[in-house]
This record gives sequence, C-alpha cells and structure tokens, in this order.
Amino acid sequence: MPLVYIPPLLKSLTNGQEIVEVSGTNVREVIQAVEAIYPGFAARICDGDGLRSGLAVTVGTKLATNGLREVVDADSEVHFLPAISGG
Amino acid sequence: MAKKRVVTTTINGKETQFLCQPRQTLLEVLRDDLALTGSKEGCANGNCGACTVLCDGKAVDSCLVLAVEAEGVEIETIEGVAPVDGLDSLQDAFLQQAALQCGICTPGFIMSAKALLQEQPDPSEEDIRFYLAGNLCRCTGYDKIVRAVQDAAAARLQV
Amino acid sequence: MASTSYKVIGTRPIRHDGTDKVTGRAQYGADIQLSGMLFGDILRSPHAHARIKSIDTSQAENYPGVRAVVTCADLPEPEQKVADLGEGDVNLYHLCQNVLARQKVLYKGHAVAAVAADDIHIAQEAIQQINVEYEVLPPVLDVLEAMEATAPVLNDDVRTDSMAGEESADPTNVAKHFFYEKGDVEKGFEAAHVVIEREYRTATVHQGYIEPHNATALWNQDGQITIWTSTQGSFMVRQQMADLLQMSESKIKVVPMEIGGGFGGKISVYLQPVAALLSKKSGRPVKLVMDRAAIFEATGPTPGSYIRVKMGADREGKITAAEAYLAYEAGAFPGSPVSCGCMCIFACYDVPHGRINGYDVCVNKPRTNAYRAPGSTNAAFAAESVVDEICERLEMDPVEFRLKNAAQEGTRRVDGVQFARIGMRETVEAIRDSEHWKAPLEGKHRGRGIGSGFWFNVGLKSSVTAILAADGTVSLLEGSTDIGGTRTSLSMQLAETLGIAAEDIKPAVVDTDSVGYNDVTGGSRVTFSTGIAVHNAGLEMRRQLIERAANIWEVDASEVQYENGEVRGPEGKVFTFRELAAKVHATGEPITVKGTSGSENQAGAFGTHCVDVEVDPETGKVEVLRYTIAQDCGTAIHPAYVEGQMQGGAVQGIGWALNEEYVYDEQGAMLNATFLDYRIPTCYDLPMMDTIIVEVPDPQHPYGVRGVGEVPIVPPPAALVAAIYQAVGVRMRELPASPPRLLHQILQAEAVE
Repeated sequence: MPLVYIPPLLKSLTNGQEIVEVSGTNVREVIQAVEAIYPGFAARICDGDGLRSGLAVTVGTKLATNGLREVVDADSEVHFLPAISGG
Repeated sequence: MAKKRVVTTTINGKETQFLCQPRQTLLEVLRDDLALTGSKEGCANGNCGACTVLCDGKAVDSCLVLAVEAEGVEIETIEGVAPVDGLDSLQDAFLQQAALQCGICTPGFIMSAKALLQEQPDPSEEDIRFYLAGNLCRCTGYDKIVRAVQDAAAARLQV
Repeated sequence: MASTSYKVIGTRPIRHDGTDKVTGRAQYGADIQLSGMLFGDILRSPHAHARIKSIDTSQAENYPGVRAVVTCADLPEPEQKVADLGEGDVNLYHLCQNVLARQKVLYKGHAVAAVAADDIHIAQEAIQQINVEYEVLPPVLDVLEAMEATAPVLNDDVRTDSMAGEESADPTNVAKHFFYEKGDVEKGFEAAHVVIEREYRTATVHQGYIEPHNATALWNQDGQITIWTSTQGSFMVRQQMADLLQMSESKIKVVPMEIGGGFGGKISVYLQPVAALLSKKSGRPVKLVMDRAAIFEATGPTPGSYIRVKMGADREGKITAAEAYLAYEAGAFPGSPVSCGCMCIFACYDVPHGRINGYDVCVNKPRTNAYRAPGSTNAAFAAESVVDEICERLEMDPVEFRLKNAAQEGTRRVDGVQFARIGMRETVEAIRDSEHWKAPLEGKHRGRGIGSGFWFNVGLKSSVTAILAADGTVSLLEGSTDIGGTRTSLSMQLAETLGIAAEDIKPAVVDTDSVGYNDVTGGSRVTFSTGIAVHNAGLEMRRQLIERAANIWEVDASEVQYENGEVRGPEGKVFTFRELAAKVHATGEPITVKGTSGSENQAGAFGTHCVDVEVDPETGKVEVLRYTIAQDCGTAIHPAYVEGQMQGGAVQGIGWALNEEYVYDEQGAMLNATFLDYRIPTCYDLPMMDTIIVEVPDPQHPYGVRGVGEVPIVPPPAALVAAIYQAVGVRMRELPASPPRLLHQILQAEAVE
C-alpha cells in the first residue's frame, strides 16, 4: 500500500507517526485516507480542489505534474514539499 | 531646454550631421536619434563598457562622451565592423568560440578588442585580459571571449 | 562525447542568432523604437521604511512635455491572492505594492510614482516635481534583528506561515517557517567521533545582468495591450499583468525582445504594468528603462543570510548526523528561497539523521528574487565549510570524504525524498582524476580547495510549433526566451530527431499570441523541457512524413520507416527529407506540427569545483590561479554552450565569494549601487576556467539531457574559502571574503599568535 510521508510539522496531527500506510490510487485518495484516520491533515495540504499554494507533491522520486490526480502505485511513497523554482 | 547644436562628425566612415541637446551623451544620440542601437547602455557611468565605441581609433565609453564632443571625430561603432561581404575576424571568432551567451556585452567587447588588436597585433593572454578589463560580462566568465580574441589575433596575423 | 552516436547532438554549430548578435543588429528590449513613443521615469523612495502620507503629482502633470503621471491609485485594488507563476507562487497583494507602493515604502528605491514625457530628460526632471510626504520609520536591516519581537514590522498582513498553519497571531517579519527532520539527530550526534558546529553569514548579492530592465507598452485604443520587453518568461509577464490590472490575459500580448541576461532576476514584473498604465493615460506607446542604481536598489537580489550548521562524523568519516538553521532575508515582502536552501543544504550527502529549520524574514531591502539555483549557494557555503573542518579534524582527504558520503540514486534526503539517477559521485571522481587535482601546488600563501553543490532543476511546461518548408528547412516557433543559446540547443534536438542538419532549422522566439504556453526560461529547464516538446514535435512530423510518403507510393504506412533523415518504403523506395519536403505542397495538406511537454521532471544536478588561490597577506586580496568545474550535464547537446554555462555560473559564484555585497548605511541606503563599487569579476581577475563535462544522462529526456544552467554557481564560495584556509590558515565564515574582510581576519589571527 502507498506510504504517505508526513511532513514533520504535521506530525502533531498524526500522533507523531512519520509514515502512514494507506490505500489509494491517486494523491487525492491517499490524502483523504490519511484524513480519515487523522482529521485536520487534509486542510494543511489542500486548498479547495488543489494543493495549497506553494506546495508540491512527489510520488516516488518524481515530482508530480498532475497535482491531486497524480497516480499512486501500490508501492509508491508520497511526499509533500515546497514547490521549487529556479533562476 | 537649451538650443540644440549641430554636430558634424564621421560615423563608420560616413560624414554625418546631427542635432543634439548639449546634455545628451554620444550613446544617447547614437541609439535614440541615429538608430544605431548596437551600442548598449548598461550603467550610464562608464563602468561596464557595453557602450564602447572607437573615437579616432581609441576605445571609449560613449556614455561618458557628450554628443557635442563628437565634432570632427572619426567614430566607429559595432555597426561598422563587418565588411560588405561576411564578418570581421573578431566577429567570426566570437561565434566560433561561442564567446557570447546573451550577447548584450558583445558589441562593446568587439570594439575594445578591435582597438586592442590595432595597437597590439600579437597580445599575450595577460595583455588581452588587462585591456578588456573595462568590459564586463556576466554570462560567460570571459574564458571563451579571451580565446576568441586570441583566435582573431592569429587570423589577422596570417593575412 | 555522447555515448550514443548522434549526428548533430554533441557538435558545435554556430548559433542561429549569431550574426545579429555580433553585428549589433539583434534587438534587445531597450532598442525598440515606436512611432510616437514617450519615455518614462520612476520616482523612488529615498527612505528604507516610511508611511506615505500623501502624493501630490499636480506639478509634474503640468510640467511641459509630460504626457501622463501614475501612482498606485491607477492600479486596481489588489486582492490578497496567491498567483501560481508556474515557477513558484507570488502574493499579488505584495507584488502590486512592489510595483507601485501603496501605504508604505519598504526599501530605498521602492517605486512610488511614474511619468511619461516627450524625452527621457524631461521625464527625469518631471519626477522631481512630484511631492511625496513621508512619515519616516526606523528600518530593520539585519535578518536576526528582524526576527525579534521588538523589531519594526514591515507588513501588517504578514504572519508566520508554515505547513502547520499560522505560527503567530500578530504581524511579524518572520513570514515563513520550514522544518524537516529525518531519523533521530540527537542519537546521530552521540554516535559521532567529531562534531563541528559553526555560524555563517552571507550578504545581499545581485544577479548583475548587464542589460537593465525595460518595458515598452502600448495600451491601444481597442483595449489591447502590447508589451515589448526583455524577460525570462513572456507568459509569466502576461499572467502577472493580467492579475495586477485585473483583466483577461487575452487582452495582453507580450513580445519578448532579446534579453541581456536574467539569471532569475527578470521573471517578476517591475516596469511592465507601469509602462502599460502610462500608455493608457497618455494614449501613446511608453518606454521605461531602469538605470543601474535602480536595478541594484529596486529589483530582486538574492538574500543575505544567517546559517548555522552542525555536523557529526564517525572515525571513518561517515556522516552520522547533520543539523541546520537557516534565516534568509526576503527583503520587503515574503518569498525568499529559504525552502530551497533547506532542501539543498545537505543534498550532496547521505545523511542518516538530520534536522533543518528555515525562516523567511522580511527586512527593509528590495524584495529578493531568484538568482541561479536560488538559496543553494548560501547553504552550500555553510555546509561545505563544516565538511572541510571535519575533514581537517579527521585528517581525511576532502575527496575521499565526499566519495564516502556522496548521495546517489536511492539516497534519501533530509526532506524525505529519494534521489533518482544523479551524478554527485561522478563529479567528485572527475575532480579526483583531473589534471588540476593531481598537479602539485607550490608557493607561499597558496592553497587548494574543493566544494560540491546541488540544484534541483525543474520541468514545467513548454509548447513549440514546427513548420515544414518546401526546401527541406523547418521553422521552429518557440516561446522560451533565449538567454544563453537555447535557440540552438533546441534546433539541434529537432535536427537530431528529424535526421537533418542543425543549419536547416530556423528557430524563432515568438510572442504570446503566436505559440502555445511556455513556462519561464529558468530553473535549468529549457534544453530539457522545451527539448522534450521539440522532440515530440519532431516525432509527429516524422509520422506525418511517413504517411505522406506512403500516400505517394500508394503503400500502407506500416510498410514505411523513418531512419537517418530518410523515409524508406518497400522495394527500396526512398525519399530524403529534402526530396519529400519538396513534394508535400503538391500532394496534400501542409505539414505543421506541435509539440508540448510538462509531464517530466528532472532528477537534479551536481557540481564539484576545485580552485587554487594565492592570497596576499598584506592586502587580503585573493588571486584565483586555477579553476576546474566538474558537473554532471546529462548529454551535452552543444558542448560549447554547456561549458559556457559552467564557466559563467562559476564566475558569478567567484564574485559572490570574493567581492560582491550590498553595503548599507544605518538608514538603509545602499552605498555601492554602481558597477564600480559593486565589484563583479572582470576579465583581468580570472584565469581560464577548465570544464569537465560528466555525462550522466537523465532517463526522463529522450536524449538524456540534464539541466546545466544553475548548479555551477553553487560550489564556488565553498571551494574558495577552503582554498583560502589552506593558503593563509584563516577560515572565512562571512561572505564575501573581500580584501578588507580577509585582511581583518588575517591580522586578528596574527595578533593571537
């Protein structure tokens, strides 16, 4: 099942749990799955129908390009990080 | 506004007359009134060399020359460097060596290098670096610019 | 050099825009001349921090030759909205205030009003006629001071924002907090044989592009706005303009002129909205060009910073734990790249236990913006300096230390993500095996240092259009503005895909109405991402050519192959690209294709640099004797321009390390806002810059391209301070290591002895 890495600042919402294993086929589903166990999590990650501004999601080693609709496999890791820019 | 002056000068081999305000720099007149926009403004106070032109063969920052000072002077700008057919050896060398990235400093470098090679046809790397120290480039790190000038010097000596 | 045998990739053709650039014909932003054009100038705040009590523009409006005057009143009331610029988001409320100040000015040079006049001299005189009443407030100019509860607060609407929500109830200068943790840092430090903890400081530094910001705008009588400007992102400009003017993007066309350097500093808008408003009010086109002082004082330099690093290693030199605290100056409004700094700081190494805290802090300086690998150079300076001390303590070769700890595919960063295929190890090996590293360095006050660095590189979106001409040439319409030769690297990729010569591609960078959406030219993304779009366009063109040939030969398309620039059918039938192109017009529809990208992202780039210096102990002057850059570049499409990126970025890093800094007085005025006193490297300051291109292909790109533009600026300060230590026994923990600062440290060290 996909592994959601909880951002360290949000561990207070997950009783200190760093990695939460949940089911889901895309990013939206895994977020909702974490929310079901630990309410309040989704509000920190999502804003309306998308990610909160300034946030990006990495699935495995790849930065997602489909936001919440990004596909998540059974053995995927999901990370939430600040969006990177460049100069 | 002070009355405009008539200035008679030679630009790239052609006798030219223009009207200018006394407060206008040569760079401003070249770019805004004579449509010779090849010389660039980078700093307007003589520190970057992007505005380099030759006055009587000498490399100067045209942002530090008043337009009225052009009276009776032979001015060469980047627009006059290429021959009728093809490119000058400096221009060619800059392209061959990939000595430009954004290219904004390139006209200034070519003019300074032209003056250098007229004075010193066979400069050492140190000579080149010293002479061109008044032209700033932020993109290339200067390595390929120096190599281009070396190539151009060699090409000119062979002719 | 490429491992696969490419026909075009890896060669060094003359760049397509070369003739125009060496003859002065190329049209940069400030070169444009339009009929009836007016010239604008901007009135800027003389104070670093003040409330605006009133602005009286009446005298300026009546000044002979003045055609329009604008202030913030001419911009619609901004929304507290965050716009996604693709390459990072921006708060419109703050962007609007930065373009033209509203209730407060927050840095010396902050734009307050603008005029358009018949010539530039009248405009410059007229702005002096605008009367602004200020209530001067105390400025805060130091990042740590700005974090204290007693500091003057710049923005009433800013609270400390973090992933956990708002961390402060009251207005504050601490705009953002980032936190990362991996494993158990305390345990990691306990297991260490040596632990080093140090504090570092860096100064505000500017991108230093030679070409000033510029914008020429026409707000036409039909309500359509055209902007001619030098920019790293024409679509970004369009979006920001639409958001700030609160109008539809379709009413705005951005025409990208040639750009004279950007490095991240020409992405945010400054002049474009102001020029548009002046044009609206005057009914004429208006040109605005910044002067050099305004560029330093009022654009987007990179943050000064305070960074504390603690690192522990065992007896064998394996890192056991690493901790960092980073506070970056955002300038007037939130948005420094401290989050990037946090994620880059230990990225070169496999760190089993780590903790990182990062703070984005407002101070009364210009609002910072991206500068080539934003945030990473500051971080690498600090982390690599600690690494150097650990190596000294363990008596370990710095190359061996890096090889022992190098991040590789699968290494998990402190922020939690695992690396894909990367080239950190390879760049260290390249330095180890280099002539430079093997050459002995002799002489007094000479020293050698190495440093490594990382940058993410981004993917984002691109669109291109490719049009086949009857003579076998292909027009390539791009939206990625060309700041370093990407017209040519993209043409080469298309040529390779089609099997034709690079010279047969005709690239053009076109306006926002003429090509599909393109994200910014930045983030080391164009050769990668627009390259993917170009490759896709090439593949589609091949498919259509196969169909056309099949049609002409009256066979099934499945019997036709495309190979080496030729289309081959059954029974030895063959057309060369040129032959088939010539037949297209008479045999069917024109062949015009598009290509897009946006589904791929980069794995990141690493660089390891080696430098030899000689220090004059009487003046503190550092001479760079020899410099070698090793970088994992994926496949080098055009090696000369890849070398150029490595050399240029490294030289910016050298300037950052040895001389560049904003010098402020106590009132917050920058004292060195000229190229004379803001001292960037000149030709005479440097030796030849040796480059070692290590090709570690990125599998996400069809030709293995890895972005190269940014990472070369990251290692130099670290490498230089390590070399300086070897040369004179002084560890510089503040940048720049300029002569007065280094001399001071040398004398202090001598006094102690």
